Amino acid sequence: MAQAPQKPNLARRRFIADSGKAVSIVALLGFGLQPVINQAQAKSVNYIRPPGALPEADFSAACVRCGLCVQDCPYDTLSLAEYGQVAAAGTPVFEARKVPCEMCEDIPCVKACPTNALDKTLTNIDDAEMGTAVLIDQEHCLNFLGLRCDVCYRVCPVIDKAITLQMQRIGRSKHAVFLPVVHADHCTGCGKCEQSCVLDESAIVVLPRDVARVSSAEHYRVGWDEKQKRGKSFLPEVLDLPDRRPK
Amino acid sequence: MKRLRILVLRRLVQFGIIGLFLSGSWWGVEWLKGNLSASEVLETVTLVDPFLALQSLVSGQVLGMVSLLGVLIVVLFYLVVGGRSYCSWVCPLNIVTDFAAWFRSYFKIKNNISVSKNTRYWLLFGVLALSATSGSMVWELVNPVSGFQRGILSGLSSAWAIGVGIFLLDVFIGKNLWCGHLCPTGAFYAQINTVGLLRVKAPKQAECDDCGDCYRVCPEPQILPPVLKGDHPLKVVGDSVCTNCGRCIEVCDRAVFQYGVRPFGKS
Repeated sequence: MAQAPQKPNLARRRFIADSGKAVSIVALLGFGLQPVINQAQAKSVNYIRPPGALPEADFSAACVRCGLCVQDCPYDTLSLAEYGQVAAAGTPVFEARKVPCEMCEDIPCVKACPTNALDKTLTNIDDAEMGTAVLIDQEHCLNFLGLRCDVCYRVCPVIDKAITLQMQRIGRSKHAVFLPVVHADHCTGCGKCEQSCVLDESAIVVLPRDVARVSSAEHYRVGWDEKQKRGKSFLPEVLDLPDRRPK
Repeated sequence: MKRLRILVLRRLVQFGIIGLFLSGSWWGVEWLKGNLSASEVLETVTLVDPFLALQSLVSGQVLGMVSLLGVLIVVLFYLVVGGRSYCSWVCPLNIVTDFAAWFRSYFKIKNNISVSKNTRYWLLFGVLALSATSGSMVWELVNPVSGFQRGILSGLSSAWAIGVGIFLLDVFIGKNLWCGHLCPTGAFYAQINTVGLLRVKAPKQAECDDCGDCYRVCPEPQILPPVLKGDHPLKVVGDSVCTNCGRCIEVCDRAVFQYGVRPFGKS
């Protein structure tokens, strides 16, 4: 006997169709957005974030792109990234060569942030880690050539800590050179040095921390640091080697 | 003019909000700072867009008290005035898509692709799912709604590109394609609207003479038949996609529609 034609299960059909739609839309969105995500998450040397910004991956998820930090910046340092810029569209950035961070003591940009994208625990601007200055082309740096330009050193708000001048003899003449040396622990990444470099293009550039710095290798220890931590040297101060004399 | 009274009011509100953002400080106080993603009112109250906050939350971020309070205020406001009031009374992209709809009807452009009105809900789901899996506000990299709002308030040239793009989409690809089919922001506010208080009601539905004026102006015309047709028509526009734009109220010669508070309990 022929079976009676079954009534189609409409609810099940709709469920399957809807699930298919959901999966395909998520997949399309994912594939379509992947290049944009890659671009936004790539390490970039073209922009610096305002003080207190979370690490980039967290920042781009916490920043709602409202521009309040930009509006409260008294020096028009910050701007919102446009589509096509490397930074995610609508997030705050600044170009130190144009307008550096003036390191306001009350940090109005951080106060303005309605989310935690700019970390409210940053209260001393000297602790800011917007980036790290790097002397990227020492061969064109006037100080390396023997002139006493010193401009980057003199404009540094953390002078003698973030940038020091290191005297070195070069032997070309009786004169010494004074090399600007950046100390990352004290450098806030404000970019005053980059802005004020007298060359056509700045020889010293603020780079994001993840670009400018590498982690220290685990297996290397700095002897004098370890000695201070331990209170004494790992090795006995004077090695007493056995005396060997010709018989 | 009587048939445009609510439309004019809406445009005044939409441009007024933009004006308050752009006017800067009057008498030493800034009316509105920021943009529609998050703002500061009179330099005291912080408002945060709930859809953006939700994307940030599912990306794994903790928002903090200030922004959560800002979200709460906005959600409560739209629970009262109806969630998609955001779309027709606040969002500046609505001015573009309304213009596109007028342009279509004026030049009798009939191009239309068939896209489900539910696509926006799947997009909303996809946006949130992708935020959760990538740990990043992925949609905000391309979201034309916040991009357009930010663009006109910050004077970014991309606002033009987005505005023209959405206009062309709505004119030549499909009727009300962006706001009525695709926009996940609108889909999100429609969720708030499922329990929105302010509604378009049809107390005089018996007066309807089937002239079709309301169908021609409604951005979501599929929501009208349950109110106007059948043996037991509803007394209130129940569908959450209604934007409370009020076009049906002002164009109806027989005053079938009016704003009102949704009925509670059994209808």
